[in-house]
Amino acid sequence: MNNVLTITNLGISFATDAGAVKAVDDVSLTVAPGEVLAIVGESGSGKTVTAKTILGLLPETATMNGAVILSSKDGSSESNIVSLTKQQLRQVRGTDVSMVFQEPSTALNPVYTVGWQIAEGIRAHGQFSKKEARVKAIEILGRVGIPDPETRVNYYPHQFSGGQKQRVVIAMALVLDPGLIVADEPTTALDVTVQAEILDLLRRVRDEFGTAIVLITHNMGVVADLADRVAVMFEGKVVEEAPAQKLFSSPQHEYTKKLLAAVPHVGQGIVRAAARAEARAPGWAEQTPVVEAKDLRIEYPGRLGRHGFTAVDGISFSIRPGEVLGLVGESGSGKTTTGRAIAGLTRVTGGSLKVLGHEMHGFKEREFKKFRSDIGFVFQDPASSFNPLLTIAECVAEPLVVHGRASNPGAARARVNELLEAVQLPRAYGDRYPHELSGGQRQRASLARSLALEPSLLIADEPTSALDVSVQARVLELFAELQREFGFAALFISHDLAVVDILADRIAVLYKGKLVEEGTGAEVLGAPKDPYTQRLLASLPVPDPAEQAQRREGLRKLRAAG
Amino acid sequence: MTSTSDLTVPRKPGLFSRLPVIHQLRQSVGLQRGMLVAGLVITGVFILTAIFAPLLAPYGFSQLRDESGRFGSQQPPSGEHLFGTTVGGYDVLSRVLWGAQTAIFVIVVAVVLSIFAGVVLGLVSGYFGGWLDRVLVVVSDAVYAFPSLLLAIVMSIVISGGRSDLIGGVLAAAISITVVFIPQYFRVIRAETVRIKAEAYVESARVLGASNSRIMFRHVLRNATRTLPLIFTLNASEAILTLAGLGFVGFGIEPTAAAEWGYDLNKALSDVTSGIWWTSLFPGLAIVLVVLGITLVGESLNDLADPRLRGRRRVAQASGLVAETSVVPGGTLVAGPGGLDGLESNATHPDTGLETRP
Amino acid sequence: MTTVATTPAVPAGRPAGRKSKPAGGGIGRYLLIRFLLIFPTIFILVSMVFWLMRATGDPITAALGGRLGPEQLAERIHAAGYDRPILVQYVEYLGQIFTGNFGTTISTNRPVSEVLLAYGVATAELAFYGLLVAFIVGIPLGMVAAYFRDKGQDALLRVFAILCYATPVFFSGLLFKLVFAVWLNVLPVAGRATTGSELEMQLLTNPTGLYTIDAIQVAFQAGNTDVLIDVLQHAVLPSLALGLLTAGVFLRLVRTNVIGTLGTDYVDAARSRGVSEFRLVSKHAYRPALIPIITVIGLQIALLLGGAVLTETTFEWKGLGFVLIEFIKARDYVAVQGIVALLAVIVALSNFIVDIIAAIIDPRVRY
Repeated sequence: MNNVLTITNLGISFATDAGAVKAVDDVSLTVAPGEVLAIVGESGSGKTVTAKTILGLLPETATMNGAVILSSKDGSSESNIVSLTKQQLRQVRGTDVSMVFQEPSTALNPVYTVGWQIAEGIRAHGQFSKKEARVKAIEILGRVGIPDPETRVNYYPHQFSGGQKQRVVIAMALVLDPGLIVADEPTTALDVTVQAEILDLLRRVRDEFGTAIVLITHNMGVVADLADRVAVMFEGKVVEEAPAQKLFSSPQHEYTKKLLAAVPHVGQGIVRAAARAEARAPGWAEQTPVVEAKDLRIEYPGRLGRHGFTAVDGISFSIRPGEVLGLVGESGSGKTTTGRAIAGLTRVTGGSLKVLGHEMHGFKEREFKKFRSDIGFVFQDPASSFNPLLTIAECVAEPLVVHGRASNPGAARARVNELLEAVQLPRAYGDRYPHELSGGQRQRASLARSLALEPSLLIADEPTSALDVSVQARVLELFAELQREFGFAALFISHDLAVVDILADRIAVLYKGKLVEEGTGAEVLGAPKDPYTQRLLASLPVPDPAEQAQRREGLRKLRAAG
Repeated sequence: MTSTSDLTVPRKPGLFSRLPVIHQLRQSVGLQRGMLVAGLVITGVFILTAIFAPLLAPYGFSQLRDESGRFGSQQPPSGEHLFGTTVGGYDVLSRVLWGAQTAIFVIVVAVVLSIFAGVVLGLVSGYFGGWLDRVLVVVSDAVYAFPSLLLAIVMSIVISGGRSDLIGGVLAAAISITVVFIPQYFRVIRAETVRIKAEAYVESARVLGASNSRIMFRHVLRNATRTLPLIFTLNASEAILTLAGLGFVGFGIEPTAAAEWGYDLNKALSDVTSGIWWTSLFPGLAIVLVVLGITLVGESLNDLADPRLRGRRRVAQASGLVAETSVVPGGTLVAGPGGLDGLESNATHPDTGLETRP
Repeated sequence: MTTVATTPAVPAGRPAGRKSKPAGGGIGRYLLIRFLLIFPTIFILVSMVFWLMRATGDPITAALGGRLGPEQLAERIHAAGYDRPILVQYVEYLGQIFTGNFGTTISTNRPVSEVLLAYGVATAELAFYGLLVAFIVGIPLGMVAAYFRDKGQDALLRVFAILCYATPVFFSGLLFKLVFAVWLNVLPVAGRATTGSELEMQLLTNPTGLYTIDAIQVAFQAGNTDVLIDVLQHAVLPSLALGLLTAGVFLRLVRTNVIGTLGTDYVDAARSRGVSEFRLVSKHAYRPALIPIITVIGLQIALLLGGAVLTETTFEWKGLGFVLIEFIKARDYVAVQGIVALLAVIVALSNFIVDIIAAIIDPRVRY
């Protein structure tokens, strides 16, 4: 049979404020019917642009050359996306090719029912009456695993959970039975356990509908789980293309090797953590903890008589000097709230939280201020963690000036330079503005700022979740180095078990505001006791197709049992 | 990775091209540039007219006679009086030109005073929150929802005590407009302050233990007031319309004190019925042109500040280097106008955080 | 982004988590809160007007000072209770407003509420027509501009919108009068109807004061359609002048918001399913854009009322705005205060209505 998609010598350029930028350069790819082709790459590799081109969805600022030949599912017609008129493009979209978006909550129109939105796609291609469209909508919702589709078809998007929304988005893509689905980071916005379910659904889509899938992702685990063939993109070019099994077992291109090496594996940190535990001085365990939570509760007040929302529901843990505690949980687990409470950014409403010996329940800013020089905080979003109007040097000098170690940012420059060097940034970067740095560089500068006063406690709230894998690997390495050097205790918050494992001495797992499991990496990851931890661990895809197939089986059994 | 990203760090542009309007002018393309240039030209002519009104105007604004005798009432346009004369016997052209001076004086006083008050209130209210914030928000919302012209009328009654000779009518008008505008600036600055307060860099300063005043002035203030030039231009046009409205209903400025377009239009009201067009057409056109010019500048700046509304040149294929593009230029990948958040918070305004009113 | 002065880039990657708080409460609670918010709004505006107007002294002196002797003046001040402590008067005034009593005018010695009722209908009629013009012109053209954005049609429509907004109603009114009433002589110059038509309508058993409705009644009862034509002819120019001003604002508002929603993922998603560009604008982008539009339209009621004052003066349309200016000229501040207070109530109520409409459109509030 013919390929459903043949891309030859595709090139795409964009007009930007900074001038023309070439996003895709001479890319050629093919997709066979019923095949899953993963396009992998980091931000800026051109993978999303390539995906959007397949549907002709590029903005008007783009110019392209080359050919994108799309065949219909039955192979009866062919069309070249690059040269189609708007009207012809519209005919192809939805019938021959459709798309699954990254963020299900923004890909659904909030003011229309999902049934209407599905029907809209059907009716755009004529042939069906309103009633028939509705019947088809109900049928497809059922097939993607939405329970009770007859009722749910009249629901608005906000009445579904995140995972269900993504199912609806997939249903919309499937309803006219296209030969090809382009899935742009379909699981990136979802929690790991939900991600596993959506990946299962996509696999079923391929098997049951015979639909080919172009899977755009940065996550090697997802690739290993779903892809038949993989194309690795780097700076607008395809640098390597191979069957999934072969790519993971024997990567050819340097970049692919680097990328695979940067992916964190569960179990990487166990040896390191054990070695560190060995090296602790006797009596270390008896030291006063830097942070000690006892039955900690944090509740957000409700508005105007509404019920409040309990973000953290009676958790107890402690962090001893020089120790790294990894706090893991999915969205809404209360992990960020816990970190913010320790830094005095969120009020504690129940139980006790002692930070550096100071009780945070009912604390007064004035009394706590002198402790603040001993706490560092690294924020999640590198884009907003610096004042855009100050230079990096001024930002890094801020703690020194606030705590009177320097009279002004200029006087602190020598120390700032030391710090920048410690985080492996060139001194000259101090004179740049935050927007002139890349995400990884900003996150390193953020580390420099938080370490300026040599704190004994560092709180890192998802410091690497907005970064690319290879950048993440470097930042994590740097974090580990700095921790060895400065010896601070740390609370490392992340949604990713594998990331936490690399750094943490002990791991605590949060679920819906409760602490479900706590222990060393070997205990929590090696032999999890709590069913939630087991499920979380089993849901995490690993970058090895053969091993991932086994794990998938394990997860299926776990789900069937629980 | 470091080596590649080094290449993409943009060089710092020269000081000249970073100046507010100059920068936007360079950034703009096509129709947007056309609108901006047209607006700038009209506004420039307006400002120059105001400055050089004494030189440009053939007669004084309250002049009724010259050496050859009285001008006469309602004289049609002629060589002596290019735009004719009004019912009161003034030269229309002269009053139109002098009117620019009055308008600019009122704009500057009103907008500067209201920016100052609005920024201070908005910053404090948004930053500290609490009951003071709530009260100020309810008050400003109430005032904001009220017809600004009526409020200005009430204010000018209060200021002048119903007698237009107490304080100079010009100042009374300016202060009335100030009061109307304070809630607008308050709302914009407060909304920005609340947004910036939740940004990581402000939280980071809080974690450091920086004092409130340091956070407010070093981190929040300058970031919150970045949109002010934009609001300034949008509000300046409103100030002119409010001034003209006040003049039209009789709260303006006596013809002997200054020239004011709204007042002249009011006096021209009865002329129209008898087909006398020159007394109303020229002051009216002056208002329209000035408001048009300033609004064009404001709207263009607004568009350019918003990546979603900004147009860009199309590029030729194969031009440009292969470079890291972390988001697709044009911003099609990010959520819409504030995404869902924009829809969920009724308090913030969809476009620039302000509306246009007379 | 080449300079610091532009807007910050939208952060890519996963959205910040902390925002999701449990929703709930439902539409009933939402509307109740909105309803309760009416009262502080009215309270603040009425109080503000009271204190501002009183800052100039008592109304009797303001209106009649100079015309009456000091003894007579003091007598009238005493009779009206204006010599009591101002706080007592304030509380009393609030109480009166609550019962619908706005005081008695000084210049004409009529209850203010009666004046409000007599002239309010005329303003309501004008505002209705104005709003109608604004909707018919502003909203479709805004969508057209969004559809053709950055093309010639868009630029033309935007300049039209700015011109609508930049032209004060009294100037456009004057121009309309000059062209249509004086030069072309096809429409009346001013007023709500000719004297003959007004007399005819007064003969009705229960005239509403809304001339359109009264004229229809006349048409049905007496079979005389001349009155209706006359009334409608009088309404054309004032409605256009007032409506175009608001239409400009609506056009701009619809354009900006529709363009904003056109850039969202869900519109892209609909496009990826083959939905036509026209339908994307008219359905997928328009409906979500409507929510912020409706909210702002609520605020435009103020614009409309302010414009109505000027329109009524221009066209001698005997409504609230027209008499307001008359009362101001007569320094009758009791009447002024009454009219302004009533407008405050109207503003607060219309904002509440807008909230209801927004809630009906937005399913996230409804459920």
